[in-house]
Amino acid sequence: MTTSATLSTSPATDGAPTIDLGPAVALSCRECGHRVDLGPFYACTECFGPLEVAYQFASSGEELRAAIEAGPDNIWRWAPLLPVPPGIASTPNINPGNTKLIRADNLARELGMKTLWVKDDSGNPTHSFKDRVVAVALAAARELGFSVLACPSTGNLANAVAAAAARAGIRSVVLVPSNLEQQKILTTAAYGGTLVAVDGNYDDINRLAGQIAAEQEDWAFVNVNVRPYYAEGSKTLGYEVAEQLGWRLPKQVVIPIASGAQLVKIDKGFTELVELGLVDASPYKVFGAQATGCSPVAAAFKAGEDVVRPVRPDTIAKSLAIGNPADGPYVLDVVRRTGGAVEDVSDDDVIDAIKLLARTEGIFAETAGGVTVATLRKLLATGALDPDEETVIFNTGDGLKTLDAIASSVGPTATIKPTLAAFEQAGLV
Amino acid sequence: MSVTVRIPTVLRTYTGGQATVDADGATVADVLADLDTRFPGIAGRVLDERGVLRRFVNVYVDEDDVRFGDGLQTVVPIGSTVAVIPAVAGG
Repeated sequence: MTTSATLSTSPATDGAPTIDLGPAVALSCRECGHRVDLGPFYACTECFGPLEVAYQFASSGEELRAAIEAGPDNIWRWAPLLPVPPGIASTPNINPGNTKLIRADNLARELGMKTLWVKDDSGNPTHSFKDRVVAVALAAARELGFSVLACPSTGNLANAVAAAAARAGIRSVVLVPSNLEQQKILTTAAYGGTLVAVDGNYDDINRLAGQIAAEQEDWAFVNVNVRPYYAEGSKTLGYEVAEQLGWRLPKQVVIPIASGAQLVKIDKGFTELVELGLVDASPYKVFGAQATGCSPVAAAFKAGEDVVRPVRPDTIAKSLAIGNPADGPYVLDVVRRTGGAVEDVSDDDVIDAIKLLARTEGIFAETAGGVTVATLRKLLATGALDPDEETVIFNTGDGLKTLDAIASSVGPTATIKPTLAAFEQAGLV
Repeated sequence: MSVTVRIPTVLRTYTGGQATVDADGATVADVLADLDTRFPGIAGRVLDERGVLRRFVNVYVDEDDVRFGDGLQTVVPIGSTVAVIPAVAGG
């Protein structure tokens, strides 16, 4: 799109449009460092590398911490660290964030760990972490003058975009694989908007979205042409964990990998907190979790390679089924820099782990959460993860969205007639 | 011209704003080389200094990612469409 023609913000004194996204000052290429002005750009014109938001933060230390703690009870308390305009908290949006950090003593005991926490992002408005990234993308899309919010999605993003657009009163266009879980299709459709089921896998749809984004200049594909802003929303997961732990960093984190952006941004969030003096610098290890049926990053990690070779996904963990993860190389950088690892687990292990987390902690995770718990267990078994160090794992979505995955392996303890005799005969007392 | 090439926004400065252009070539490498003769410098944006596909760009022949085929040596049938698309994050 041509920014000068479509920006909705007020003109500067020299006639050029102004974009006010708070502390964001530019976009910078992660590959070659080339910088461009803020705008609806996501790929470097020099090398195709991904652009990311560069900041100039207004304050640091105690003053900043006080402002954050006095902020709203959602992700907008972190507005001083996000690419969002001033006043974002008062615009119509679904206000995700400040989800629970649950101390998982029962699961820790079962796994032989000392201190384990679950950051449970199923508590967001549409029950996944995608509400965070979409909220930031929506803010940027409005500031950049787009009128339609769009995305290709494996389901959670579809829910989040449809809901956020509904609340904001703008049109949404969502592309999903036609074989997606029914729960995710129906819950997206419930918010209205345009929902397109595509006969293809996620990578096919992602490619289609990239092509549409190039032609529809008025559509903000949240994870394509406003991707630099969108991805920043995941930093809030790292910020929240640190604040909820009493302004400090955990020693180990286990994070599921789809595109890899979430893992990279949680690390970025931790790094910024240290740089801003909000937490003390302390070493932490980042671990990545994948399903074996879609584990290109784990394969690259284990092979000692820097290049992530695409795969064709085949796993029940559809929200992680991205065969060509754009941020895969950066996941490898983060994991290797911090001394972590990337591991993968079978679909059977995923189902077992969903049931384990539900049975021990009363947290019903979607398949991605099952991948994370199963990976935690595997990392403990291989010795890569220290059972004595404080660990946080991220549950990024609600099990109600992926009921099909466990439908054949759970059910009633017994089915009886409505009589006391039947109850007793069933051996339930 | 034997194939159609879809040009991403970030490369349209090379093609005078054209979103699609025609090209000749039996393989992806041939097509890129042909493009570069008419739009000098464009191949250098898709390939790195070693002549391999940059890691943040995807090239498709019709519906297939060339990384699943033979990379730059992937055969491009007459009448097919080659799409150059920046890698994008997941959803």
